[in-house]
Amino acid sequence: MSDRILSEEEKAAQARRGPAGGAQRGGPPHMRMGQPTEKSITFVPSAKRLLGLMAPDKVTVWVALGFALVSVVLNALGPRILGHATDLIFSGLFSKRIPPGVTQAQAVAKLRAAGQDRLADMLAAMDHVRPGLGVDFGAVGRVLLLALGLYAVASLLSYVQTRIIVRVVNAAVYRLRRDVEAKLGRLPLSYFDTQPRGELLSRVTNDIDNIAQSLQQTLSQLLTSILTVIAMLTMMFWVSPLLAIIALVTIPVSVGITAVIGKRSQAHFVQQWASTGQVNSIVEETFSGHGLVKVFGQRAALGRRFREVNEELRDSSFGAQFISGLIMPMMMFVGNLNYVIIAVVGGLRVASGSMSIGDVQAFIQYSRQFTQPLTQVASMANLMQSGVASAERVFDVLDAEEQVPDPVAAASLVDPHGLVAFENVSFSYTPDKPLIEDLNLSVRPGQTVAIVGPTGAGKTTLVNLIMRFYEVNSGRITIDGVDITDLTRDDLRGHIGMVLQDTWLFAGTIRDNIAYGRPDATEAEILEAARATYVDRFVHSLPDGYDTLLDSEASNISAGEKQLVTIARAFVSDPALLILDEATSSVDTRTELLVQHAMRALRADRTSFVIAHRLSTIRDADLILVMEDGRIVEHGSHAELLERGGAFARLYAAQFAGAATD
Amino acid sequence: MLWTLIRTHLRPYAGAVSAVVVLQFAATVTSLYLPSLNGQIIDKGVAQGDTGFILRTGGIMLAVTLVNILATVGVARGAAAASAGVARDLRGEVFETVGDFSAQEVSRFGAATLISRNTNDVQQVQQVLNMGLMFMVSIPIMMVGGIIMALREDLGLSWLVAVAVPLLGVIVGFVVSRMLPWFRKMQESVDAVNRVLREQITGIRVVRAFVREPFEEARFDEANRTYTGTALAVGRLFALVFPLVMLVFNVSSVAVLWFGSHRVDSGDMQVGALTAFMTYLIQILMSVMMGVMMSMMIPRASVSAGRIDEVLATRPSVVETPAPVALPGQATGAKAASGQRLDVAFQDVVFAYPGADVPVLQGISFTAQPGEVTAIVGSTGAGKTTLVDLVPRLYDVTGGSVRLGGVDVRDVALDDLWDRIGLVPQKPFLFSGTVASNLRYGDPDATDEALWAALRVAQADDFVRAMPGELEAEISQGGGNVSGGQRQRLAIARALVRRPEIYLFDDSFSALDVATDARLRAALKPWTADAVVLVVAQRVSSIIDADRIIVLEDGKVVGSGRHTDLLATCTEYAEIVASQAVREEAA
Repeated sequence: MSDRILSEEEKAAQARRGPAGGAQRGGPPHMRMGQPTEKSITFVPSAKRLLGLMAPDKVTVWVALGFALVSVVLNALGPRILGHATDLIFSGLFSKRIPPGVTQAQAVAKLRAAGQDRLADMLAAMDHVRPGLGVDFGAVGRVLLLALGLYAVASLLSYVQTRIIVRVVNAAVYRLRRDVEAKLGRLPLSYFDTQPRGELLSRVTNDIDNIAQSLQQTLSQLLTSILTVIAMLTMMFWVSPLLAIIALVTIPVSVGITAVIGKRSQAHFVQQWASTGQVNSIVEETFSGHGLVKVFGQRAALGRRFREVNEELRDSSFGAQFISGLIMPMMMFVGNLNYVIIAVVGGLRVASGSMSIGDVQAFIQYSRQFTQPLTQVASMANLMQSGVASAERVFDVLDAEEQVPDPVAAASLVDPHGLVAFENVSFSYTPDKPLIEDLNLSVRPGQTVAIVGPTGAGKTTLVNLIMRFYEVNSGRITIDGVDITDLTRDDLRGHIGMVLQDTWLFAGTIRDNIAYGRPDATEAEILEAARATYVDRFVHSLPDGYDTLLDSEASNISAGEKQLVTIARAFVSDPALLILDEATSSVDTRTELLVQHAMRALRADRTSFVIAHRLSTIRDADLILVMEDGRIVEHGSHAELLERGGAFARLYAAQFAGAATD
Repeated sequence: MLWTLIRTHLRPYAGAVSAVVVLQFAATVTSLYLPSLNGQIIDKGVAQGDTGFILRTGGIMLAVTLVNILATVGVARGAAAASAGVARDLRGEVFETVGDFSAQEVSRFGAATLISRNTNDVQQVQQVLNMGLMFMVSIPIMMVGGIIMALREDLGLSWLVAVAVPLLGVIVGFVVSRMLPWFRKMQESVDAVNRVLREQITGIRVVRAFVREPFEEARFDEANRTYTGTALAVGRLFALVFPLVMLVFNVSSVAVLWFGSHRVDSGDMQVGALTAFMTYLIQILMSVMMGVMMSMMIPRASVSAGRIDEVLATRPSVVETPAPVALPGQATGAKAASGQRLDVAFQDVVFAYPGADVPVLQGISFTAQPGEVTAIVGSTGAGKTTLVDLVPRLYDVTGGSVRLGGVDVRDVALDDLWDRIGLVPQKPFLFSGTVASNLRYGDPDATDEALWAALRVAQADDFVRAMPGELEAEISQGGGNVSGGQRQRLAIARALVRRPEIYLFDDSFSALDVATDARLRAALKPWTADAVVLVVAQRVSSIIDADRIIVLEDGKVVGSGRHTDLLATCTEYAEIVASQAVREEAA
């Protein structure tokens, strides 16, 4: 059971994330380019709602944004200032060549006279020329110290900003997890029945993980990236509008290249996932049916099929990797082209004196820092879409209809006698398929009621209605005359003990699992319950006794032993009403006998409902209900029903037909 | 582990890998050459006002850029080819290795982990290999090249490289090494959160029945808090990385300008060289950072490589004999109708899992004759399934022997052995495909009539006829779209189609109701008239008329005989019968 659930869950996760899902998480953003993006019409409202998760920290987020802005601006000023330092050095170099006493104007005139027009232009455009003195280290030092200060502050602010975002995002994800978990508690059981379990698990686990990842990355990086792009552009225009326009041309080129490659690699990625799916399913089939494949001589055939799809997977993953691997080089290529153009045009402009050399140096740095965040923004769009798609799936859970709230002024049951009555109860899972119709039943305190009938007759439904796992459509169920819908669910269920078909135990010790029935049970009460239900007997053969840890699949104790623990769990809760939905087909018959004894101990003096598969186990019931198609077709004691020769007698005969043929 | 695995599997792709290295070299050298050319533009072009030189050098830069992109595309291609190829080979190898495994190795690993080793783990290795070839190869080239170029620009400033590179390496390395242990904690705490949620969803009825929502909420909150705390710790460390890196980069630039300015002033260096030197230093630092970042991928891929290697290094415990002896008689199918019939003899069989002190089976001796039904009963864990699995060598005995027609199964070719056997396992696994394709697992040449005949015996014809497409009805993987009882009957039919000499029914009737069980057994009798039939059963009514019943208790035979004899002589058997209340009900 549990491994099936797990694989469903994993499959759902895999289908959404793609086979490399886990691997892509840690990778740099550009590796996520090919992620399947679930386009949705409700993208904007969902994205807003996702951001709304951080509403309680709104002010903090704005503060962080402010920090990010200042940090980006300071970082952007850096190259300009360094450029200025270069200019100072350059002009110092010229100053040295001018003999002391000669002014800048005289030197320019002298150069023009010598026919060195270009050098003259350059010199004329320079400030801070100190003839004969060389580089002004005081000025250079002051400028560099300023740059150093700006950089230090920028780094500090960026660190503080990231820390704030980390805290805000984690707090938001913490709240989201908490809300989803609380929501699970308010959802009606029918929700869990209609949703495939693996799917639901995947939503509450993988999707929330994915939201956390994308929020973290987009919030701190996307914003910084966008701000950086804007700041760099501004600086570029400030330094040189002409070069800025040239550099701007690279934006559509970059975006175009990213889009084209992205689109082509997307196709390869889709193909890669399809092939991965095929490889997975052949591998899964071959390994799960390992012995059968061999004994039926199918290894060679499956091997051929595997080699085929393995080859397809190689081809598609080669394509996907190659094409997506082109994005970085292509962007670098555009960057390099940009670099070359700026170097040449900038060089020409410096030579003509219309631009300083420090400006060219600054500009090159700006244009380098400008393309990189641009690529990041592009790839982050994918990440955001995937995050929002996950958010939508989680919001679906949060928005699902909840069960009817408990009554505000609830009645309460104190020491109920256990008189249970069904009055004209009707119920169906789906409106078009009525299951239980107009059912009437009255059970006296202390009676044991056995419910038998074929699969799908509504036996489990009947007891689920008592537990209020489902709500009746009409009519009412009362305990000691009190309508169960007038009680809180906790009050109602607190009086009922249940042993289910599903022997669910949680990962904890055997003692904890027994105490699950009543958290305040004393050690003595736990031991008493364990002895009465034969748990004590097998516990002593376990290495750690009651402290034996059951692992997540509880594979370290047998199915029968698990069943005994669930009975002990019900025993310790000491309920007025008992529901035993037994499932002992997986238990060997001698263990089952023990289980039967344990259940008998549990039933003493309590009103009990027993759903039975083996008819031999319910002979001592006070009342046997035979259900067919949601109706009670017969009721009476074992002997009465056999005598009547009706439905029960037929069931009985069928069950022992095998034995009777001997 | 990762390195060995990759090295041995890269051999067939030596061509692609050398191409990657050569092209990577070209790409790196060209991208290193650009700043130097730019420096020349400044020093020779700008400073001397030589416009022609600027344009010429610009042309060279353009050509260098083109070479760079072509080389880089080649690198991407080679890396993708090599990594996709290695992944394919690894998948194939793991698949074949597991194919050779016996049930013992499969159950030791578990099918689920073998599947993920064959797929996800290979994916991890592929990813890291691709990234490695794309970037890792270029890092040392960039480092060395960058240093050479920087030194060529100016020897006097080279000490700056010697300071900045280790400084960055130490800073980034420190943060990353602090983060690595947190990553594992992070995974553990995510797992803990998800485990609680999974338990809550799967156990929702129990949680509600026992009104334990508050407890569950507290349990979840604790896990959630732990997780959030861990994520915060990782996030805080991570927040350090980029500001620190930026700081090192920027301080280095400032330092180059300050110390460079003195060298320019003294005439030891030109301004263009200063600019170029600055660019080189940044490039070198970038490659250091890339290297450290990339190395974060390695631990994870190493774990994957280890998991793959573990599979590849495992030798199957069941190996086909190099000199097989032919089994007497003929193989399956209609041909088998005549000829000598095999019997199945267990001779003093012992079976123990490696390392276990107590054997699962001990001193088992009996012979199952053709034309007879031999039943095996006993409580859960008595070793019934293991006993049956010894016949088709899903496991090998650790003592004694299992003989078919007098020949030890270990001396027979596996295909010859398996040809004689129709196995219906405890978990009736069906393969994806159709009803017919599943049944033809038994005999690829079986006609539709033969299939229907088998379905009739297996009491499966009614529901198959009711399925859309009848024999061509779709079966999903594992048989998830038919009920447990139907799956069991189809698995029985699959074995029947084979018409083997030995039938092994491992608890194959438990999901059937008693009446269907009885009809099936009645129809089975003529079908298996000449064959050895071994039946493992829970329900006494299914085996009450067997020719021989073997009672297993704790891996030993405690009774053997017919139902009525055993009732009188074997207390364990009498207990089983009493627990099922068959005796009095049937009487």
